[in-house]
Amino acid sequence: MHGRPRKASKPEEEAASAAKAVKLRSLQSQFMTNHHDKIYTKEAIELSTKLLEINPEAYTAWNYRKLAVEDTLSRIESDPNLVNSIFDEELRVVENALRQNFKSYGAWHHRKWVLSKGHSSIGNELKLLDKFQRLDSRNFHAWNYRRFVVELTKRSEQDELQYTDDMINNNFSNYSAWHNRSVLLSSLLAQNADGFMPNEKIPDEYDFVHSAIFTDPDDQSGWFYHLWLLDQTLNVETPLLTSAWPSHGSTIILSGAGCLNSSSSKFTTFCSESGSFPLILYSDQAVGGVSSSTVTIDSELKGNEDLVWEPISNKNSQVSCVWVTHLKYVSSDPCEYKVKIRVGNSPGIISSRGYNFSAPYEFVFTAHVHDTVEDSQEGIVSWTDGFDIWDAKSKDLKSLVTLDRLEAEIDFEWRQEAIDSEVECFGILADSKIGKLTLARLLMAREVMVSDDAVKGVRYEEILQLYNELMALDSSHYQYYKDEHSVAFLHKVTSSSESLSRHLFRYRGMNNLVCLRLNNLSLSRIASVKKLLFVQMLDLSHNELHSTEGLEAMQLLCCLNLSHNRIRSFSALDSLRHVKQLKVLDVSHNHIGKHSVDTTRYLCSSPLSNSEWSQDGVGRQNPGLVTKYWDAYFVLRDLNLKQLDIAGNEISGDEFSSFVLQVVPKLVWLDGQKLGN
Amino acid sequence: MGQLVADKHVRYILMAEKKKESFESVVMDHLRMNGAYWGLTTLDLLDKLGCVSEDEVVSWLMTCQHESGGFAGNTGHDPHILYTLSAVQILALFDKINILDIGKVSSYVAKLQNEDGSFSGDMWGEIDTRFSYIAICCLSILKCLDKINVEKAVEYIVSCKNLDGGFGCTPGAESHAGQIFCCVGALAITGSLHHVDKDLLGWWLCERQLKGGGLNGRPEKLADVCYSWWVLSSLIMIDRVHWIDKAKLVKFILDCQDLENGGISDRPDDAVDIFHTYFGVAGLSLLEYPGVKVIDPAYALPVDVVNRIIFTK
Repeated sequence: MHGRPRKASKPEEEAASAAKAVKLRSLQSQFMTNHHDKIYTKEAIELSTKLLEINPEAYTAWNYRKLAVEDTLSRIESDPNLVNSIFDEELRVVENALRQNFKSYGAWHHRKWVLSKGHSSIGNELKLLDKFQRLDSRNFHAWNYRRFVVELTKRSEQDELQYTDDMINNNFSNYSAWHNRSVLLSSLLAQNADGFMPNEKIPDEYDFVHSAIFTDPDDQSGWFYHLWLLDQTLNVETPLLTSAWPSHGSTIILSGAGCLNSSSSKFTTFCSESGSFPLILYSDQAVGGVSSSTVTIDSELKGNEDLVWEPISNKNSQVSCVWVTHLKYVSSDPCEYKVKIRVGNSPGIISSRGYNFSAPYEFVFTAHVHDTVEDSQEGIVSWTDGFDIWDAKSKDLKSLVTLDRLEAEIDFEWRQEAIDSEVECFGILADSKIGKLTLARLLMAREVMVSDDAVKGVRYEEILQLYNELMALDSSHYQYYKDEHSVAFLHKVTSSSESLSRHLFRYRGMNNLVCLRLNNLSLSRIASVKKLLFVQMLDLSHNELHSTEGLEAMQLLCCLNLSHNRIRSFSALDSLRHVKQLKVLDVSHNHIGKHSVDTTRYLCSSPLSNSEWSQDGVGRQNPGLVTKYWDAYFVLRDLNLKQLDIAGNEISGDEFSSFVLQVVPKLVWLDGQKLGN
Repeated sequence: MGQLVADKHVRYILMAEKKKESFESVVMDHLRMNGAYWGLTTLDLLDKLGCVSEDEVVSWLMTCQHESGGFAGNTGHDPHILYTLSAVQILALFDKINILDIGKVSSYVAKLQNEDGSFSGDMWGEIDTRFSYIAICCLSILKCLDKINVEKAVEYIVSCKNLDGGFGCTPGAESHAGQIFCCVGALAITGSLHHVDKDLLGWWLCERQLKGGGLNGRPEKLADVCYSWWVLSSLIMIDRVHWIDKAKLVKFILDCQDLENGGISDRPDDAVDIFHTYFGVAGLSLLEYPGVKVIDPAYALPVDVVNRIIFTK
């Protein structure tokens, strides 16, 4: 029972309760007889009034009253006074019921039902609400009802915004009022209503929410509103292309499967059995409508007229930040080609919020098609030997990681000013949790906005320090700050080619693959992937990762080391299903099979999340194992793995290994052992 | 730290069923179907479903079915989608879905979908995202999702998303953990979780944990055991449950037990009830408490029951 103290009841209380119960039960059974026999006499209706006064939650009694009203209305002449008196009685019953239980869904709905019938007393509703909302300013039923009345009476959004002003000024600790303010204000901002231009209104709102946060930094009422304002400050409506692969001005080497006779260490080499390579577009927000008509490609590579673009996202979504297509080439035909890409030439690329791609953008790269001299070998890929360090001074790196963020014609000035002034304000609150957290977020936002290389990245140390302090200060949410720390750390690593080159290697074993090593960094989360699209081999071993969320954008990735992390299930690897090049995967020494709760159960495309399921031979032969190892089954069968390491997980064992071999018949290496044919 | 007094909770549930003469139980008469679902699921999580007479439960349950196909909260009451889901879930626990006229039940639910994709709770037209969840969950268990316009249903739920990342009962309504469970659950079941801003919502949800370890349902509210379910299940579905302190929450739930007479209450030392007993045990299940079966965060049924339904062609 909500909020009722636990105590053994005294005998006299029990007797009283029993007597009340007898009375209520008899009322209830009389009512049911009336309801079933469709008796709508005055006495019968009054009986339901009594029942609802005692128990406003008796929903069938509200239904009965609606039937009774309809019955009466059908019998009387349309005498407006009579009709109104009937409605007035209903409103009175609701009011009494609400006094008994302010949270009764049935009572609130009955009131809406009466008013929707065109009852004329609508003018009184706001007065009644004011009274109720003073008594309980957080009651969400009352707020919902208020929005219903406002819509019915066409009261202006400005007037309602003023109401939230009054509520907040009366008591800032009213999350419901802040919420309603965010709804109203975002509508007014979207309409560009008079006095609601973002560059004028948002700075005012920062001042307003400070009154809440600075009065009591531990009170959460203003926290989320502030975060929303920050998002509004950063949010440039039109989508921008933030990175692409191959990048502008770069050279790539393409070949068939196998080894090149002289693979260059200067360029990215891409080998493919199917004779195609990915072209990746990455925008700052999810967009739809990327197609061969919105992206034009100018090259002499043959057979690329009607390219199919795919969003890298959940199957039910037609929008994504990452879009990919595959360009064909003929490896037996060595030559050099220039490829020119124009994005957004004709309209059609639209963000999920409905904004058009800002301006056309063009980039060019060179593709050298090479012949292969040797057959492909299926040797084991090692994560310890065969690596060359990266020449940090090489200009090549620059072309790999250059990012071209289009400077849209949007006034960054007020945005930067707003953030700078917030940074200053929150410096004062830096002892409190929300002060530190907000400061860290503001500084991250500042880094995103800065385009000047000279001052870029200078505040990452400060951000990392703030998250370290938060981990110590608020240990209950340790892992949240830890994840944010990882994000900031990866932003720092990828903020310049100098810092990135410290983690870059070439793997000689496979045509000098570009390898990024981010092992042993206690990373709990992946970020900054848009700056890592060129990576072909990724070492994330000895970290604290529990999911591969984010890696789906790395379309060139063919070898991934996730050993010694905290992966709990194969469903956590769902994003890798998009990485069609992936051949080598090490998930040894993780937590697969150790936990009963699977936190990615519904983030993985499977029959559980309403995905069509066509049963294959494995499914038909082993229904039991498929149910037991469903996540391994649905994820692994979509990968094209040649080498897999799963040792050191709870799930490992003969039964599981033999199941894996059935699901991935093309596997060559399992746990370091070459498989016989 | 205390222990889960599972045997006492089992006894409490079995007793509550027999105690019908108190005023409290008469007031709750109209939602006995929900009560049965809470009690029976708790028993199953504690591996004690065998303690009840399946035949007795099922024959009473079938007296609650209305000619429209929907179920009432109790014999003689009106049908409502709220009780229809509970009835279907109870039958799923017993692996008895087949005794239903599935076409009829699913039609009752499907007909409650409105033009804009939303769902009404019954013929009287109250609209709420709770009903969207219920319809989707119920039809998915019955393998009849194709009877509704799933795309529209998802669109409506997304229109109830707020700027704090949470969801309310109708567009513009304030975020509330219970409502968030419903919306995230419905999106999970329909494979539409990409509509959720996982980091934003995850932060809002993890900030529901208060100093004492318990979770509240909205900012600046008191902790309550029932949110152990609503918040935890949502955090699990979006893979952000590591953002709260699980050990502290386990302790909070265990502290809400009535160690003498069984049952769990909303807060320590409050009166227990079957609703909080269920949410407490379900919460412990999501926290991987030993000896409690695993519950599915979207369907609110034991995982073995859900897997049996979903992976059986």
